[in-house]
Amino acid sequence: MNKQRLFLFIPLMIFVILAILFWRGLSLNPDEMPSALLNKPIPVFELPVVSASENSPGLVKANQEMIKGKAGLLNVWATWCAPCKQEHPFLNVLKAQGVPIYGINYKDNVEDAQRWLAELHNPYVFTVLDDDGRLALNLGVFGYPETYVVDKQGVIRYKHIGIVNEQNWNETIKPIYESLK
Amino acid sequence: MYKTLIKVFAAFSLLFTVQTGFAAIEVHEFDNEVDRQRYQTFIDEMRCPKCQNQNLAGTNSPVAMDLRRELELMIKDGKSDQEIVSFMVERYGEFILYRPRLTPATMLLWSAPVLLLVFGALLLLLIVRKRRRLATEVDTGLSQQERARLDALLRDNPESKSINKNNQEKNK
Repeated sequence: MNKQRLFLFIPLMIFVILAILFWRGLSLNPDEMPSALLNKPIPVFELPVVSASENSPGLVKANQEMIKGKAGLLNVWATWCAPCKQEHPFLNVLKAQGVPIYGINYKDNVEDAQRWLAELHNPYVFTVLDDDGRLALNLGVFGYPETYVVDKQGVIRYKHIGIVNEQNWNETIKPIYESLK
Repeated sequence: MYKTLIKVFAAFSLLFTVQTGFAAIEVHEFDNEVDRQRYQTFIDEMRCPKCQNQNLAGTNSPVAMDLRRELELMIKDGKSDQEIVSFMVERYGEFILYRPRLTPATMLLWSAPVLLLVFGALLLLLIVRKRRRLATEVDTGLSQQERARLDALLRDNPESKSINKNNQEKNK
Protein backbone atom coordinates (compact mmCIF):
# COMPACT_ATOMS: atom_id res chain seq x y z
CA MET A 1 0.00 0.00 0.00
CA ASN A 2 2.75 2.40 0.97
CA LYS A 3 4.61 1.68 -2.22
CA GLN A 4 1.54 2.43 -4.29
CA ARG A 5 1.07 5.70 -2.48
CA LEU A 6 4.55 6.73 -3.60
CA PHE A 7 3.59 6.24 -7.24
CA LEU A 8 0.96 8.91 -6.78
CA PHE A 9 3.74 11.43 -6.32
CA ILE A 10 5.28 10.82 -9.74
CA PRO A 11 3.22 13.52 -11.52
CA LEU A 12 4.09 15.99 -8.78
CA MET A 13 7.76 15.14 -9.10
CA ILE A 14 7.65 15.62 -12.86
CA PHE A 15 5.94 18.96 -12.34
CA VAL A 16 8.58 20.10 -9.86
CA ILE A 17 11.44 19.12 -12.17
CA LEU A 18 9.86 20.91 -15.13
CA ALA A 19 9.09 23.96 -13.01
CA ILE A 20 12.72 24.20 -11.94
CA LEU A 21 13.93 23.87 -15.52
CA PHE A 22 11.49 26.47 -16.84
CA TRP A 23 12.25 28.82 -13.98
CA ARG A 24 15.92 28.58 -14.84
CA GLY A 25 15.08 29.17 -18.50
CA LEU A 26 13.34 32.42 -17.63
CA SER A 27 16.49 33.91 -16.20
CA LEU A 28 18.69 32.91 -19.15
CA ASN A 29 19.47 35.47 -21.79
CA PRO A 30 18.77 33.89 -25.17
CA ASP A 31 21.22 36.30 -26.80
CA GLU A 32 24.07 34.91 -24.78
CA MET A 33 25.34 32.20 -27.00
CA PRO A 34 28.78 30.75 -26.70
CA SER A 35 30.85 32.23 -29.44
CA ALA A 36 31.92 29.56 -31.82
CA LEU A 37 35.04 31.57 -32.62
CA LEU A 38 36.26 31.82 -29.05
CA ASN A 39 40.01 31.20 -28.83
CA LYS A 40 40.34 31.22 -32.58
CA PRO A 41 42.18 33.83 -34.64
CA ILE A 42 40.37 36.68 -36.32
CA PRO A 43 39.17 35.52 -39.74
CA VAL A 44 41.34 36.50 -42.68
CA PHE A 45 40.13 39.67 -44.38
CA GLU A 46 41.31 42.44 -46.66
CA LEU A 47 38.91 45.35 -46.65
CA PRO A 48 38.86 49.05 -47.50
CA VAL A 49 39.13 51.52 -44.66
CA VAL A 50 36.68 54.35 -43.97
CA SER A 51 38.87 57.20 -45.14
CA ALA A 52 37.52 59.83 -42.75
CA SER A 53 39.40 58.32 -39.87
CA GLU A 54 41.94 60.92 -38.84
CA ASN A 55 43.42 58.24 -36.60
CA SER A 56 44.89 56.37 -39.53
CA PRO A 57 45.74 58.88 -42.25
CA GLY A 58 46.58 57.47 -45.64
CA LEU A 59 45.41 53.97 -44.78
CA VAL A 60 43.36 52.54 -47.65
CA LYS A 61 43.11 48.85 -46.90
CA ALA A 62 43.42 46.79 -43.77
CA ASN A 63 43.75 43.11 -42.94
CA GLN A 64 43.74 40.92 -39.86
CA GLU A 65 47.52 41.24 -39.41
CA MET A 66 47.14 44.93 -38.54
CA ILE A 67 45.11 44.08 -35.45
CA LYS A 68 47.87 41.97 -33.92
CA GLY A 69 50.58 43.25 -31.58
CA LYS A 70 48.40 44.71 -28.87
CA ALA A 71 45.32 43.48 -27.08
CA GLY A 72 42.32 45.44 -28.23
CA LEU A 73 38.66 45.52 -29.06
CA LEU A 74 36.92 44.73 -32.30
CA ASN A 75 33.67 46.61 -32.54
CA VAL A 76 30.96 45.90 -35.13
CA TRP A 77 28.78 48.91 -35.83
CA ALA A 78 26.60 50.64 -38.40
CA THR A 79 25.00 54.04 -38.68
CA TRP A 80 21.57 52.44 -39.05
CA CYS A 81 22.01 50.64 -35.73
CA ALA A 82 20.41 52.69 -32.96
CA PRO A 83 22.13 50.99 -30.01
CA CYS A 84 25.47 51.71 -31.70
CA LYS A 85 24.80 55.41 -31.32
CA GLN A 86 24.10 54.86 -27.66
CA GLU A 87 27.32 52.94 -27.28
CA HIS A 88 29.52 55.38 -29.18
CA PRO A 89 30.27 57.91 -26.39
CA PHE A 90 31.60 55.16 -24.16
CA LEU A 91 33.90 53.94 -26.93
CA ASN A 92 35.30 57.48 -27.00
CA VAL A 93 35.93 57.20 -23.28
CA LEU A 94 37.75 53.92 -23.80
CA LYS A 95 39.86 55.44 -26.52
CA ALA A 96 40.85 58.23 -24.14
CA GLN A 97 41.97 55.51 -21.72
CA GLY A 98 44.23 54.12 -24.42
CA VAL A 99 42.26 51.03 -25.42
CA PRO A 100 42.83 50.25 -29.10
CA ILE A 101 39.47 49.76 -30.79
CA TYR A 102 39.10 48.53 -34.34
CA GLY A 103 35.85 49.21 -36.11
CA ILE A 104 33.96 46.99 -38.50
CA ASN A 105 31.38 49.05 -40.33
CA TYR A 106 28.68 46.59 -41.24
CA LYS A 107 26.61 47.00 -44.42
CA ASP A 108 26.59 50.73 -44.31
CA ASN A 109 26.72 53.78 -46.50
CA VAL A 110 30.31 55.12 -46.60
CA GLU A 111 29.27 58.78 -46.49
CA ASP A 112 27.00 58.12 -43.52
CA ALA A 113 29.83 56.34 -41.73
CA GLN A 114 32.25 59.20 -42.44
CA ARG A 115 29.76 61.76 -41.17
CA TRP A 116 29.12 59.67 -38.07
CA LEU A 117 32.82 59.51 -37.24
CA ALA A 118 33.28 63.22 -37.90
CA GLU A 119 30.36 64.27 -35.76
CA LEU A 120 30.53 61.82 -32.89
CA HIS A 121 34.33 61.56 -32.75
CA ASN A 122 36.31 58.61 -33.94
CA PRO A 123 37.31 56.11 -31.28
CA TYR A 124 38.67 53.59 -33.79
CA VAL A 125 42.26 52.98 -34.77
CA PHE A 126 40.72 52.28 -38.15
CA THR A 127 37.37 51.17 -39.40
CA VAL A 128 37.02 48.67 -42.20
CA LEU A 129 34.05 48.65 -44.51
CA ASP A 130 32.31 45.31 -44.43
CA ASP A 131 29.96 46.07 -47.26
CA ASP A 132 28.79 42.56 -48.07
CA GLY A 133 28.89 41.47 -44.45
CA ARG A 134 31.31 38.63 -45.10
CA LEU A 135 33.75 39.50 -42.32
CA ALA A 136 30.88 39.82 -39.86
CA LEU A 137 29.55 36.49 -41.04
CA ASN A 138 32.94 34.87 -40.58
CA LEU A 139 33.06 36.34 -37.10
CA GLY A 140 29.66 34.90 -36.32
CA VAL A 141 28.10 38.30 -35.75
CA PHE A 142 24.34 38.36 -35.45
CA GLY A 143 23.53 41.45 -33.47
CA TYR A 144 24.80 44.99 -33.55
CA PRO A 145 26.75 46.30 -31.83
CA GLU A 146 29.00 43.41 -30.99
CA THR A 147 32.43 43.66 -29.45
CA TYR A 148 35.27 41.16 -29.43
CA VAL A 149 38.25 41.22 -27.11
CA VAL A 150 41.34 40.23 -29.05
CA ASP A 151 44.73 39.33 -27.60
CA LYS A 152 48.21 40.25 -28.85
CA GLN A 153 48.29 37.35 -31.29
CA GLY A 154 45.00 38.38 -32.81
CA VAL A 155 43.07 35.56 -31.14
CA ILE A 156 39.50 36.22 -30.05
CA ARG A 157 39.20 35.83 -26.29
CA TYR A 158 35.76 37.19 -25.52
CA LYS A 159 32.61 38.20 -27.30
CA HIS A 160 30.22 40.77 -25.97
CA ILE A 161 26.81 41.09 -27.57
CA GLY A 162 25.09 44.43 -27.25
CA ILE A 163 26.22 47.78 -25.97
CA VAL A 164 29.49 48.13 -24.08
CA ASN A 165 28.84 50.48 -21.19
CA GLU A 166 30.62 51.49 -18.04
CA GLN A 167 29.03 48.75 -16.00
CA ASN A 168 29.72 45.72 -18.18
CA TRP A 169 33.13 47.14 -19.10
CA ASN A 170 34.21 47.37 -15.48
CA GLU A 171 32.57 44.13 -14.42
CA THR A 172 33.47 41.72 -17.20
CA ILE A 173 35.24 43.10 -20.24
CA LYS A 174 37.94 45.16 -18.59
CA PRO A 175 39.33 42.31 -16.43
CA ILE A 176 39.62 40.14 -19.53
CA TYR A 177 41.22 42.94 -21.52
CA GLU A 178 43.68 43.74 -18.70
CA SER A 179 44.71 40.10 -18.41
CA LEU A 180 45.61 40.03 -22.10
CA LYS A 181 47.64 43.22 -22.14
CA MET B 1 -25.43 44.31 -59.84
CA TYR B 2 -24.55 40.90 -61.23
CA LYS B 3 -21.24 42.21 -62.58
CA THR B 4 -20.23 43.81 -59.31
CA LEU B 5 -21.00 40.57 -57.52
CA ILE B 6 -18.66 38.73 -59.85
CA LYS B 7 -15.99 41.35 -59.27
CA VAL B 8 -16.35 41.09 -55.54
CA PHE B 9 -16.21 37.33 -55.74
CA ALA B 10 -13.11 37.47 -57.94
CA ALA B 11 -11.37 39.86 -55.56
CA PHE B 12 -12.36 37.73 -52.62
CA SER B 13 -11.10 34.55 -54.20
CA LEU B 14 -7.73 36.24 -54.70
CA LEU B 15 -7.30 36.07 -50.96
CA PHE B 16 -7.04 32.33 -51.20
CA THR B 17 -4.48 32.33 -53.95
CA VAL B 18 -1.94 34.20 -51.84
CA GLN B 19 0.42 31.67 -50.38
CA THR B 20 1.33 32.06 -46.77
CA GLY B 21 4.89 31.88 -47.98
CA PHE B 22 8.16 33.13 -46.67
CA ALA B 23 8.80 36.75 -45.89
CA ALA B 24 12.01 36.79 -47.87
CA ILE B 25 11.62 37.45 -51.54
CA GLU B 26 14.88 36.95 -53.33
CA VAL B 27 15.91 35.37 -56.55
CA HIS B 28 18.12 32.36 -56.15
CA GLU B 29 18.51 30.44 -59.35
CA PHE B 30 20.04 27.02 -59.49
CA ASP B 31 21.11 24.94 -62.44
CA ASN B 32 19.34 21.85 -61.31
CA GLU B 33 16.48 20.72 -59.17
CA VAL B 34 18.68 18.88 -56.66
CA ASP B 35 20.58 22.04 -55.75
CA ARG B 36 17.41 24.04 -55.51
CA GLN B 37 15.98 21.42 -53.20
CA ARG B 38 19.13 21.40 -51.07
CA TYR B 39 19.04 25.17 -50.77
CA GLN B 40 15.41 25.02 -49.69
CA THR B 41 16.13 22.34 -47.11
CA PHE B 42 19.03 24.33 -45.69
CA ILE B 43 17.10 27.55 -45.28
CA ASP B 44 14.19 25.62 -43.78
CA GLU B 45 16.31 23.77 -41.26
CA MET B 46 18.70 26.50 -40.21
CA ARG B 47 17.85 29.02 -37.57
CA CYS B 48 18.33 32.74 -38.00
CA PRO B 49 20.91 33.72 -35.36
CA LYS B 50 19.36 37.14 -34.89
CA CYS B 51 15.65 36.44 -34.85
CA GLN B 52 15.54 33.23 -32.90
CA ASN B 53 12.65 30.90 -33.53
CA GLN B 54 12.59 31.82 -37.19
CA ASN B 55 14.39 29.88 -39.85
CA LEU B 56 16.61 31.43 -42.47
CA ALA B 57 13.82 31.21 -44.99
CA GLY B 58 11.40 33.23 -42.93
CA THR B 59 13.27 36.40 -42.15
CA ASN B 60 14.86 39.37 -43.79
CA SER B 61 17.33 40.28 -41.10
CA PRO B 62 20.71 41.22 -42.59
CA VAL B 63 22.37 38.18 -41.05
CA ALA B 64 19.85 35.83 -42.61
CA MET B 65 20.25 37.51 -45.99
CA ASP B 66 24.02 37.05 -45.76
CA LEU B 67 23.66 33.44 -44.74
CA ARG B 68 21.27 32.74 -47.60
CA ARG B 69 23.75 34.28 -50.02
CA GLU B 70 26.60 32.22 -48.60
CA LEU B 71 24.46 29.09 -48.84
CA GLU B 72 23.71 29.77 -52.46
CA LEU B 73 27.39 30.35 -53.24
CA MET B 74 28.50 27.23 -51.41
CA ILE B 75 25.93 25.07 -53.14
CA LYS B 76 26.94 26.46 -56.52
CA ASP B 77 30.57 25.82 -55.59
CA GLY B 78 29.68 22.18 -55.25
CA LYS B 79 30.26 22.00 -51.50
CA SER B 80 28.89 18.93 -49.79
CA ASP B 81 26.13 19.08 -47.19
CA GLN B 82 28.67 18.17 -44.54
CA GLU B 83 30.95 21.06 -45.51
CA ILE B 84 28.09 23.53 -45.51
CA VAL B 85 26.84 22.44 -42.10
CA SER B 86 30.29 22.65 -40.55
CA PHE B 87 30.81 26.10 -42.11
CA MET B 88 27.68 27.30 -40.33
CA VAL B 89 28.42 25.55 -37.05
CA GLU B 90 31.97 26.95 -36.98
CA ARG B 91 30.54 30.46 -37.05
CA TYR B 92 27.30 30.28 -35.19
CA GLY B 93 27.56 27.08 -33.19
CA GLU B 94 25.25 24.08 -33.03
CA PHE B 95 22.57 26.58 -32.20
CA ILE B 96 21.99 27.32 -35.86
CA LEU B 97 20.82 23.81 -36.66
CA TYR B 98 17.16 23.10 -36.09
CA ARG B 99 17.97 19.46 -36.66
CA PRO B 100 20.75 18.80 -34.15
CA ARG B 101 23.59 16.56 -35.20
CA LEU B 102 24.17 13.22 -33.52
CA THR B 103 26.89 13.90 -30.96
CA PRO B 104 27.46 12.60 -27.43
CA ALA B 105 25.66 15.70 -26.14
CA THR B 106 22.58 15.11 -28.29
CA MET B 107 22.53 11.32 -27.87
CA LEU B 108 19.83 11.46 -25.22
CA LEU B 109 17.78 13.86 -27.31
CA TRP B 110 17.83 11.59 -30.34
CA SER B 111 17.23 8.38 -28.43
CA ALA B 112 14.53 9.83 -26.16
CA PRO B 113 11.58 8.95 -28.44
CA VAL B 114 12.65 5.31 -28.69
CA LEU B 115 13.44 5.09 -24.98
CA LEU B 116 10.10 6.62 -24.04
CA LEU B 117 8.30 4.27 -26.41
CA VAL B 118 9.98 1.24 -24.86
CA PHE B 119 9.30 2.58 -21.37
CA GLY B 120 5.64 3.16 -22.22
CA ALA B 121 5.27 -0.29 -23.75
CA LEU B 122 6.78 -1.93 -20.68
CA LEU B 123 4.52 0.07 -18.41
CA LEU B 124 1.50 -0.88 -20.46
CA LEU B 125 2.49 -4.55 -20.37
CA LEU B 126 2.89 -4.46 -16.60
CA ILE B 127 -0.45 -2.76 -16.07
CA VAL B 128 -2.29 -5.13 -18.39
CA ARG B 129 -0.78 -8.16 -16.66
CA LYS B 130 -1.64 -6.90 -13.24
CA ARG B 131 -5.20 -6.15 -14.28
CA ARG B 132 -5.62 -9.58 -15.82
CA ARG B 133 -4.38 -11.27 -12.67
CA LEU B 134 -6.70 -9.24 -10.50
CA ALA B 135 -9.65 -9.95 -12.79
CA THR B 136 -9.15 -13.72 -12.63
CA GLU B 137 -8.39 -13.88 -8.93
CA VAL B 138 -11.65 -12.73 -7.47
CA ASP B 139 -11.63 -13.01 -3.72
CA THR B 140 -14.37 -15.53 -3.00
CA GLY B 141 -13.46 -16.05 0.60
CA LEU B 142 -12.87 -19.72 -0.10
CA SER B 143 -9.84 -21.52 1.20
CA GLN B 144 -7.49 -23.43 -1.07
CA GLN B 145 -9.18 -26.74 -0.22
CA GLU B 146 -12.66 -25.38 -0.72
CA ARG B 147 -11.71 -23.97 -4.04
CA ALA B 148 -10.25 -27.29 -5.18
CA ARG B 149 -13.46 -28.99 -4.13
CA LEU B 150 -15.56 -26.48 -5.98
CA ASP B 151 -13.48 -26.97 -9.11
CA ALA B 152 -13.88 -30.72 -8.86
CA LEU B 153 -17.63 -30.43 -8.39
CA LEU B 154 -18.02 -28.14 -11.35
CA ARG B 155 -15.93 -30.41 -13.49
CA ASP B 156 -17.70 -33.61 -12.55
CA ASN B 157 -21.27 -32.39 -12.76
CA PRO B 158 -22.35 -31.75 -16.35
CA GLU B 159 -25.44 -29.95 -15.09
CA SER B 160 -23.35 -27.47 -13.16
CA LYS B 161 -23.57 -25.01 -16.02
CA SER B 162 -27.33 -24.88 -15.73
CA ILE B 163 -27.33 -24.51 -11.96
CA ASN B 164 -26.74 -20.81 -12.11
CA LYS B 165 -29.54 -20.41 -14.58
CA ASN B 166 -31.95 -22.35 -12.42
CA ASN B 167 -31.03 -20.33 -9.40
CA GLN B 168 -31.70 -17.11 -11.27
CA GLU B 169 -35.12 -18.33 -12.37
CA LYS B 170 -35.95 -19.37 -8.86
CA ASN B 171 -35.07 -15.98 -7.54
CA LYS B 172 -37.61 -14.45 -9.85
